[in-house]
Amino acid sequence: MEVQKKKISGGVHPKDDGKSLSSGVAIKPAPLLEKYQVILCQHIGAPPKLIVNPGDVVKKGQMIAEPGGFVSAPVHAPTSGTVGKVIDVPGPMGVNQQAVEILADGKDEFDSGLEPIADWRQAAPEVLKERIGKAGIVGMGGAAFPTLVKLSPPPAKKIDTLILNGAECEPYLTADHRLMLERADAVLTGAAIMARVLGITRIYIGIEANKPNAIAELQTKAPNYNAKVVVLKVRYPQGGEKQLIYAVTGRKVPEGMLPMDAGCVVQNVGTAAAVAEAVLEGKPLFERVTTVTGLPVVNPGNWLVRIGTPIAEVLRLAGGVKSTPGKVILGGPMMGFAQKSIEVPVMKNTSGILLLDQSEVVQFTSQPCIRCGKCIDNCPMNLLCGTISCFIENEKFDKAEELHVMDCLECGACAYACPAHRPLVQHVRRAKAEIRARKAKENKK
Amino acid sequence: MSEVASNEIRMPDPENLIVSSSPHIHSNADEIWKIMLWVIVAMLPAAFAGLWFFGLQALRVMVLCVVFSVAFEMLWCRIEGKPVLGTVRDLSAVVTGMLLAFNLSAGVPWWICLVGAFIAIWLGKQVFGGLGSNPFNPALVARVGLLVAFPKIMTTWVPTRQMLAHAGKYTGFFDHSVVTAIGAGQLDGVTCATPLGVARNAPQVAAGIDRFAAVDGHQAIWNAFVGNVGGCLGETSALALLIGGIILISLKLIKWQVPVAYIGTVAIFTGIVHQVAPGMTPDALFHVVSGGLFLGAFFMATDMVTSPMTTLGAVIFGIGCGLITCLIRIWGGYPEGVSFSILFMNALVPLIDRFAKKFPFGYKALERGEAI
Repeated sequence: MEVQKKKISGGVHPKDDGKSLSSGVAIKPAPLLEKYQVILCQHIGAPPKLIVNPGDVVKKGQMIAEPGGFVSAPVHAPTSGTVGKVIDVPGPMGVNQQAVEILADGKDEFDSGLEPIADWRQAAPEVLKERIGKAGIVGMGGAAFPTLVKLSPPPAKKIDTLILNGAECEPYLTADHRLMLERADAVLTGAAIMARVLGITRIYIGIEANKPNAIAELQTKAPNYNAKVVVLKVRYPQGGEKQLIYAVTGRKVPEGMLPMDAGCVVQNVGTAAAVAEAVLEGKPLFERVTTVTGLPVVNPGNWLVRIGTPIAEVLRLAGGVKSTPGKVILGGPMMGFAQKSIEVPVMKNTSGILLLDQSEVVQFTSQPCIRCGKCIDNCPMNLLCGTISCFIENEKFDKAEELHVMDCLECGACAYACPAHRPLVQHVRRAKAEIRARKAKENKK
Repeated sequence: MSEVASNEIRMPDPENLIVSSSPHIHSNADEIWKIMLWVIVAMLPAAFAGLWFFGLQALRVMVLCVVFSVAFEMLWCRIEGKPVLGTVRDLSAVVTGMLLAFNLSAGVPWWICLVGAFIAIWLGKQVFGGLGSNPFNPALVARVGLLVAFPKIMTTWVPTRQMLAHAGKYTGFFDHSVVTAIGAGQLDGVTCATPLGVARNAPQVAAGIDRFAAVDGHQAIWNAFVGNVGGCLGETSALALLIGGIILISLKLIKWQVPVAYIGTVAIFTGIVHQVAPGMTPDALFHVVSGGLFLGAFFMATDMVTSPMTTLGAVIFGIGCGLITCLIRIWGGYPEGVSFSILFMNALVPLIDRFAKKFPFGYKALERGEAI
């Protein structure tokens, strides 16, 4: 076991992180539904192209949409059955998104057309890489960046370290925790496969100290895969890529650059398990572990759900609610997205469905900044959050840019502690959008 | 999933769902009124010290200042057409009123409190846009405003109850005639000098230092530390202010760098001057425990709104306050320079903030070209 090299700057540690609601509940597979609504664009990058027509018969794991570019990923059928209509469904970001219906035939027959690669230790890295691309694997921690792209750094960048992100620093979420505990071998195999693809041997797994059983489990198995477990002091947002690289290796990713500029590739543990399944079983990414939790939920737990399951159905599996929820959030309470509809389908990056009770949801009025500096102390990126937010309030976006607003992670550690209840993250998002729009305009000229 | 089963299960009603930007949880420990409440708690030791040394007249000044400050705050809200209790609930007016009282002599007439509260709340704070927008510490604006407008009243100090009871031991602070008069019970309002005033206003500084040192059988420094000297009602007891300051630092409500840099600079600077020219100014210990240094360093300079936001800025700010305080105390026209020094540094805060800005994570790595 290794200790972390560096302490991340700033950050917060909510006293009651809500993880105990679901951290002791084993992963249960969700029963088959009659209908799934699979959103086509599940990742950052080019939207994929639909390759099936309504009425076509598909098998579980069959590709239904192919990548629409290099930074893209295919989408697969979550069960066997017929392709239904192409419809608009409420998406997690509040806007409707195109989805394709898969009407289950109840047989749940698997045929992905991908052969299992049992001897992956001998397989050529290119073969493994192709498999990861074909299986539609994207970053399952939240950003949904196509994994294939992350594993294809330009030759000029020398990668020497693969870091598995098992920090799961968001309060309430326990999906990664259960996955590491119950399927440690899959996680480690996935890591070893990705290391082979990258041609490196250094594998670290960063885990926060509040998951002792998962640490113990990985600890016993990691040596078989030449991986090292790094135990991290609990601190949100340690699961941020730049923060994790710093904590685990002591390297700083230069401002505005990517993890590969610090010689690292960071992958979520869920992604690693999906890679292992894709290679060993020929199984594309059409289901994932997600946490259903929060005080109003009757039976909080962790479920293996198929992509395209409406969150209402997942909630039903958890017994529904026992009080009146005031917020339904996809993701964790710090960075997740509040939902207006409970018909939003589960996507490849839905790490959790969190419900907050009406009593927990308080709408604050933003007060003037009293310059207490708590936001600055909490900022993991060392930004002058309070000053930036005052500039943005006055629509001085160029000043905000001078103060490096574009480096903001939007982790929310500032707004979490702001005594004046200023919506700092909202301000930052506005500024980023304005600055990007202005840059796009300038480029056109 | 059958219809029957789904009817039994309660589901969230989308009508009740609130959509807002993340983060969706907040640390309830951090609220403006809670911060202000803790500042008030931290001021209580000094308030009790004021009561102990100056009696009920100190309580009168404190109550008047707080009541007038809150009243002016409400009046402003009324004129602005906002809810009258709107900004009173954040308790900042109470803190300003308390600090104003701490900066007044216990013997001031009631209308000084009224004028002071007006200057602090209206001219010091609200005209700039209210809490958070004021460039200067409101209580200090009031103190300096009163000092300029009513110099006589603002530099007339009442002796502590302990000094009155044993006037003979404190001759350093009184004229001989006054001591005699106290003994005979002939005087209504007795006044005395502050330690800094004694050191400063004697024909020669060296004589003043000797005069101070002889007070109360050479326990002068100890008296100045616990607060048994003349001065503003909340500034005399360095001990009580230190206790309050430790409360604020342990709760992380103030940056410890400000008081440490401030008091440290005063100690080092006066120590050096005293070593080089002993007759010019008293020693460092005298400077540290006398006057309003502890009040200024722990409660006034650390005001969040009017001090720098970064740690480096706080150090620069503290050192600047210390240097200006020393310059005024040793060579300036007033015996005390704490108020002026903090106000002066308040004005420089935007500049300090610009200079002492933090660099984003990875910024220096980029500059050094550490990219692989």
